[in-house]
Amino acid sequence: MTLPLLEFVRAARSAGLRVSPAETIDAARAVEVVGLADRGRLRDTLSLVLAKTADEKARFETCFDRFFSREGFGAAAPPPPPDARPAGAEPPPGDGPGEGLGGGGLAAMLRDGDRAGLASAMEEAAAEAGLSDIAVFTQVNLFTRRVLERMGLEALEREIARLDGTPQGDALRRQRDWLRAQVRSFAQQNLRLFADGDAERQRERRLAATRLSAIDRRDRERMRVLVRAMARRLAVQYGRKRWRSRRGQLDARRTIRRNMGWGGLPFLPVWKRRRVEKPRLVVLCDVSGSVAAVAEFLLLFLHSLNEALSGLRSFAFSGDLAEVSAILQGQPIERAIPAIMDLVGFGSSNYGNSLAAFEAGWMPVLDRRTTVIILGDGRGNRTDPRADVLARMADRCKQVIWLNPEVRTVWGTGDSDMLRYAPHCRVAATCATLGQLERIVAGLLRDGGG
Amino acid sequence: MAPEPRFHALLHSIEATEAGLESAGYIANRQTATAVYLAHHLRKPILVEGPAGVGKTELAKSAAAWLGLPLVRMQCYEGLDESKALYEWKYGKQLLYTQILKDRLGAELGEEPGLDAALERLHGFGDLFFSERFLEPRPLLRALREPEGAVLLIDEVDKADQEFEAFLLELLSDYQVSVPEIGTVRAAVPPLVVLTSNSTRDLGDALKRRCLHLHIGLPDAKLEGRILAARVPGIEAGLRRQVVRFVQELRGLDLRKLPSVSETLDWARTVVLLHARELDGELVRATLNVLLKFEADIETAEARLGDLLRASQQEAERRPAAR
Repeated sequence: MTLPLLEFVRAARSAGLRVSPAETIDAARAVEVVGLADRGRLRDTLSLVLAKTADEKARFETCFDRFFSREGFGAAAPPPPPDARPAGAEPPPGDGPGEGLGGGGLAAMLRDGDRAGLASAMEEAAAEAGLSDIAVFTQVNLFTRRVLERMGLEALEREIARLDGTPQGDALRRQRDWLRAQVRSFAQQNLRLFADGDAERQRERRLAATRLSAIDRRDRERMRVLVRAMARRLAVQYGRKRWRSRRGQLDARRTIRRNMGWGGLPFLPVWKRRRVEKPRLVVLCDVSGSVAAVAEFLLLFLHSLNEALSGLRSFAFSGDLAEVSAILQGQPIERAIPAIMDLVGFGSSNYGNSLAAFEAGWMPVLDRRTTVIILGDGRGNRTDPRADVLARMADRCKQVIWLNPEVRTVWGTGDSDMLRYAPHCRVAATCATLGQLERIVAGLLRDGGG
Repeated sequence: MAPEPRFHALLHSIEATEAGLESAGYIANRQTATAVYLAHHLRKPILVEGPAGVGKTELAKSAAAWLGLPLVRMQCYEGLDESKALYEWKYGKQLLYTQILKDRLGAELGEEPGLDAALERLHGFGDLFFSERFLEPRPLLRALREPEGAVLLIDEVDKADQEFEAFLLELLSDYQVSVPEIGTVRAAVPPLVVLTSNSTRDLGDALKRRCLHLHIGLPDAKLEGRILAARVPGIEAGLRRQVVRFVQELRGLDLRKLPSVSETLDWARTVVLLHARELDGELVRATLNVLLKFEADIETAEARLGDLLRASQQEAERRPAAR
């Protein structure tokens, strides 16, 4: 049992389950206890030992079914074509029984239609050829050939060549083709089983490191899923009330209460602690052409954080500024973004104008607990940057964080006013990839916005 | 190898486990029974996750009742620490005893010529005030010291802090805990440990790795019918099918909090108490607040009441005819 179990664990890992060696040992022990006779029971058992979240349970089930339906030949596959020799016909002259029927065991099994034998020969050959190491689809042909060779293809080919032209030769050729198709589909199943997950994870890693503005249209949906998953993880981590103790400062009231039991003698001191507040955010996003793609993911990220934030108001601007919180809350991001674009998009950016509009309309929104996040490249097309407005905003709120999709070295070049804005920001950082975005948001949540 | 505990014989197969739990009034699906069976044979704790009210806590209670073991329950909450979970010294008693024994101690020590000798003498008394006598065992220690074994229920472990989770690791993997003043306490018979979690936060990997992970979801109609039959004996078969169908349909709606098994049971009991023979609009409207706990959910359900009732009545008519 050990070998198939190890293979299965590898398949499970590839399907995204995190299985540690200790759990593999547990699985082996559990299998020893329940036995192998009942597949349903085996499935229950392994699911208990290997899959540790609801999501993992679902993955486990697909993987289990795939793994155990993989073995042997699919039920739908046609049996080897019957021997083409017409019923009652004499065997070819000169061939005694058993004499001419060479070609090794493989040919014999094909002739007899011994599917069980073929299946186990294929499993064995696959193990020898290391089929479970298959990683990319281009290897399917390679592995098909290797498995066939180990099953004794060479002898079979020789036999086919020898019987060339006879009905048996034709039949054997058809059977060989059928076998090749079987092995090929077996290799493909293995590819799905052992390599799919890895490929998926690699794609996700690559996406997280790709510039947000350069994400392909067809990867968008995947990106959204990825962003939501990241946000969900952070929200779970930081969604609860948190305290940070200040060791060394005695909380006299709670110490007395705690030690009441033994006459007020302070056996157990209680330290003062500080509540880590959830950040209250005001986000200003530039949605002009150059930054729009990044804005979409930032807004999606922040709006997926819900319970980890104590408040979130979003504004979008290009030439002018408008509040878009309601649009974003009312509908999924796919439809919200075009609506926002209709409202303010497609103008050339005017930072001074937009900041002034914010000061005029929404300045009271800012208080000493709000964090302002501004996303933009700081390129105002040579309009007045109005850094003084930003300075006043920074005075009112807890902190300003400026996220710029451009790398730091080009800040201040051309029409960029970034260097004028940067002094008023507590953090001014490059934010061009999903990885960077996650780091910044995680830091914000950890420190409770300062 | 320690001798097998008394209840070992009861857990000889998965079927026996399923039947045993049923005899204690807990209708388990096969996976739940497998979990209990494996928990005993692999000596591993079970971590049960799932929505509120599907019978996570009940599993531990029923297992204890069936196996004839004491149930030691520990409710987790934020700020739970060792002194509440494991052991505590009886400080008051210690203080009192030192006061009372003061004179005796003084006399004993007074005879010694010097300070060093007196200290030596004091050492000779052993750990007078840090002995079993002054130890107040809390749930975890109690469970370990049960001579016949126990079912230890660590309820809502996700509510406790992460530090506490780490503290549990030694207990869960080796069934032993270290009390600095006394030494390591090891369980004679490893308790059957059930941890429950409502997933308000993700538990650490280290904890999960040591446990069998059981996810109990909302039951399907068949299982729910069996649970109802076992738990609400007074209910007629026709009414029971109606209730189950109604609740199953209700779960299909877009609700903030789906009714779970405990709500179904409460509702069935309510309906029986009102001597109803079948569900009708008035009855349902009057008792819907037993099933649904949010005002918005009740409104949603009331708007669809006609459809829901029709489905459940068809269910009641269809089944007997099919037989």
